[in-house]
Amino acid sequence: MKRRMAATAALLLVSLVGCATDEPAATPSDGSSAPPAGAGTGEQSKFFVQADYDNELALLDAAPTGPADKPWEQVLNPKMVDTAKFKKDGPYKICFSNAALNNPWRQVGFKTMQAEVEAQGDRISEFVHVDAEGKDQKQIADINDLLGKGCDALIVSPNTTATLTPAVTAACDAGLPVIVFDRGVDTDCPVTFINPIGGYGFGHVGAEFVSQQMKPGGKVLALRILPGVDVLETRWSAAKVAFDKAQVDVVGVEFTDGDPAKTKKIVNDYIQRHGTIDGVWMDAGAVAVAAVEAFQDAGQPVPPINGEDQLDFLKMWKDEGLTAIAPTYPTYQWRTPIIAALRILDGQQVSDPWKLPQPTITQENLDSYLDPNMPPLHYAMCGCTDLPGYPQRWK
Amino acid sequence: MSLLSLRPARRPVPGVFVALTITLALGWLIVMIDGGQLFNQSTTVSLLHVAAGLGLVAVGQTLVILGGSLDLSVAYVISLSTLVAAETMNGSDGALLPAVALALTVSAAVGLLNGLLVTRLRINAFIATLGVGLLLKGYLDNGYDGPAGSTSPGLVQSLGYQRIGPVPLSFLLLLAVTGACWFALARTRFGHHLVAVGGDPEVARLSGVRNDRVLVIAHVLCSLCAGLAGIYLASRLGSGAPRVGTEGLYDLESIAAVVIGGTALAGGRGGVLGTLGGVLLLASIDAIFNQLEVDAFFKQVIRGAIIIAAVAVYARRAMRKAAV
Amino acid sequence: MQLVKRRPLPPQLTRVRAGGLLPLLAILAVLLVLVAVRQPDFLAPASLMSFLGRSAPIILLAAGQYFVIVSGEFDLSVGSLVTAQVVVAARLIDSDPSRTWPVVLVLLAGGVLVGLVNGLITTRLRVPSFITTLGMFLILVGAVYLWSNGAPKGGLSEEFRRFGRRAFEDVPVFGRVPYALVVLLVLATLAVLLMRSDFGRILVAVGDNARTAELSGARVRRTRTIAFMLSGLAAAVAAILIGGYSGVSFQAGAGLEFGAITAVVLGGVALGGGRGSVVGAMLGALTLELLFTLMNFYGVSGALRPTVQGAIILFAVAVSSRRSTSR
Repeated sequence: MKRRMAATAALLLVSLVGCATDEPAATPSDGSSAPPAGAGTGEQSKFFVQADYDNELALLDAAPTGPADKPWEQVLNPKMVDTAKFKKDGPYKICFSNAALNNPWRQVGFKTMQAEVEAQGDRISEFVHVDAEGKDQKQIADINDLLGKGCDALIVSPNTTATLTPAVTAACDAGLPVIVFDRGVDTDCPVTFINPIGGYGFGHVGAEFVSQQMKPGGKVLALRILPGVDVLETRWSAAKVAFDKAQVDVVGVEFTDGDPAKTKKIVNDYIQRHGTIDGVWMDAGAVAVAAVEAFQDAGQPVPPINGEDQLDFLKMWKDEGLTAIAPTYPTYQWRTPIIAALRILDGQQVSDPWKLPQPTITQENLDSYLDPNMPPLHYAMCGCTDLPGYPQRWK
Repeated sequence: MSLLSLRPARRPVPGVFVALTITLALGWLIVMIDGGQLFNQSTTVSLLHVAAGLGLVAVGQTLVILGGSLDLSVAYVISLSTLVAAETMNGSDGALLPAVALALTVSAAVGLLNGLLVTRLRINAFIATLGVGLLLKGYLDNGYDGPAGSTSPGLVQSLGYQRIGPVPLSFLLLLAVTGACWFALARTRFGHHLVAVGGDPEVARLSGVRNDRVLVIAHVLCSLCAGLAGIYLASRLGSGAPRVGTEGLYDLESIAAVVIGGTALAGGRGGVLGTLGGVLLLASIDAIFNQLEVDAFFKQVIRGAIIIAAVAVYARRAMRKAAV
Repeated sequence: MQLVKRRPLPPQLTRVRAGGLLPLLAILAVLLVLVAVRQPDFLAPASLMSFLGRSAPIILLAAGQYFVIVSGEFDLSVGSLVTAQVVVAARLIDSDPSRTWPVVLVLLAGGVLVGLVNGLITTRLRVPSFITTLGMFLILVGAVYLWSNGAPKGGLSEEFRRFGRRAFEDVPVFGRVPYALVVLLVLATLAVLLMRSDFGRILVAVGDNARTAELSGARVRRTRTIAFMLSGLAAAVAAILIGGYSGVSFQAGAGLEFGAITAVVLGGVALGGGRGSVVGAMLGALTLELLFTLMNFYGVSGALRPTVQGAIILFAVAVSSRRSTSR
């Protein structure tokens, strides 16, 4: 009995090892110019769409129209649509179906949105907010519920692109102007879809920086939050293209669940396994500080790394003199839907899609974004300094 | 309450319906003072839809808990079932029946695995179903980047969005499933055996019940219910979604609904009608708090307190009954 | 819970047996060999010490969970308690080094208090501990989000972080001994001593058969309540170490309750109580951590990890429960 058990244990563990060595070699993504290098980046995500990718990378260099000091009102490559049929007298009741409030990014964004509502004064008579708590099923019910409440405009931040499409379509059919932002939906029926350049742009900027700054032929560790979330999948798939193109050796693609302790353990083990890690790429900044600390605790220099515009990372970047970059997914996009809703109800033209600029924080402009008086998990790109209640509301 | 005690002690109408009535009445009043309307059509429809999804899972969960077991893998079974259904249908009505059949078969197979692990290998249900959940999670994480497949338009229009007055078709499905389970528990040998196994496995075995078989069947039925919930969710979402079960917290919420409904976690006591009440109570709290725009985190605190309080009340009653 | 009561063991077999650890030790040995093959320098003193140091929190949580489980209960609230404590610590300390020790005391007291509440609700109100601690889990997570308005505030002082992050340098032979490892060794020794004391024996007896224990004079409710308090205390220490290791975040304790319960079961402790040793529970946690490290070393695809983890847990538990029933 005992021997059989031990044998089975060994077998099980050998099979574990087996599945490690069977790791799929990198396959060239269809249509991309990526070389078939054994870069360790794995198969391309099913979410990868070449046309969207090309489009987003082109937008990174596009010049925005609109007031220079208000990036949340700027538009890249505007395509104006007519909204005269929604023209209505104010004040308005604006309703918002929110995917979730379960992370600091959404918290900062929502506070910014509330402040924008306040800033609009008596133009908005009522602002109704429903939190779907990260559940598709609840958000579908929420949207249906909001349709019975006499809203003048409906703002939706979908939890999942594909699955919220039927509910958003139903909302469009109800005849009120629908504005979608952050993640999109698979239908053109909303009046406008507002978001920054997007995940491909984010992933590309970080990956390009890391592969350019690190020593040639070095080893990169890619840290992702979790699989199966579309906005994060696009970030990784663009990074994969960049790494494949640069023929970088990606030694690992790991999921951290956004848990700093898990992140430190993973980075630590990779440092031990490979001696050194020459670059770190991440799909979100939440655990960037933990990754940096792992190098410090191991007594190693911190390699080129990308984070996001969270202040704890920016502060560490400055204090430790890191070689770093912070692509952003700006929280100021939470202001835009309110502005768009009012313009639509005024009958003014708006752009659809409404592509917002997506600035990158670099060594040169780091100081202008680093405000040591704000909390560590605040997002520098909130565009909220001119709003009522700043800074206390965000503290 | 005194009326309730006149009923046969074996199957009392759980106090959860009293709580539900009070909650709805209070909620209606508070929402009205707040300037809203709790019982308008769209809110009611939304409430019943939320209840239908959770209810299907919770009714199945009731069966295993009655038998003294537990299923923590339901959330992953739901996700898997949405994907199997939506990918098989692939947007055509023709594949509707095979897709539903396949999704249910896969779910039943998971239930069978759970049941065998619990009975044959004598792995504690908590660990067994947690482990099976991890197996499924790995499969889903590895195989899916996000939503996949496309639900047949016929199913979306019928199960997903069709309603009769304010009552969605899916809620009628829940009532039908609840009715069937009630019948199975109250009127069939399987039901009596299940309750006996949950009450005291040793006594059940000595009186000739085949404990293992009864528990395996309960696990299969539980997974079937979760699979059905998955098919319903696929019809709501229009596609398969690899994270819908876990994001919805259907594992813990279904257990919560079951115990709020008066079924003892130790097994052997309770029933599906109470679970239906528990589901409606949770959905009503959701709806009321939605109307009042109460912070989701505050709602979570309230939920935690309600779960503990409800079970404490049941425990007190059981003690008093034992004392009489 | 009924599902954990079904134990066809005759009472004379319920005593703690070293033999119960055998399957676990076998797995641990196999994992160590696999690690050594792939990464020989992992077994060098310095890296082994740092591995043990970073595993200290989950090992302590497993020990705390053991007290509760062996007495026949569950504690699902520890993960949320860790998160709550880390977030509370950051806000109370607010990067002020002088507040470090007072806050440490507050955390330890808070952990014991949560355990006390869990214990009283479970024993006095007769709410199954699964429900009590599930409710407590929801309450703690909700409350800490509410209190911090959705985003952690303040910051931990370097003095606070030291416990989980720094080490005694230049120790002969070992090189570098993390503070966390010292804390672990001290508390693990205390836990073993505690289980050898009268209290330990009563705890196991209560979990084995509360009725019999009560008839022979044990104070069942008080014993179980103390077990919950010990679990809360372990969670507080784990929170201090985790906060120190990786800083403040809402993810600090996510999933740790399932990790700790899995570790305990892996260590040969029966859910439902009365059987298994605290050493087994802690070794179970160590095995789990080693498994994760092994997967890092072998580069198992991140998405496949849950499957590997699930398979190994099912396998290990199936083997140990077969062994116990076949005797």
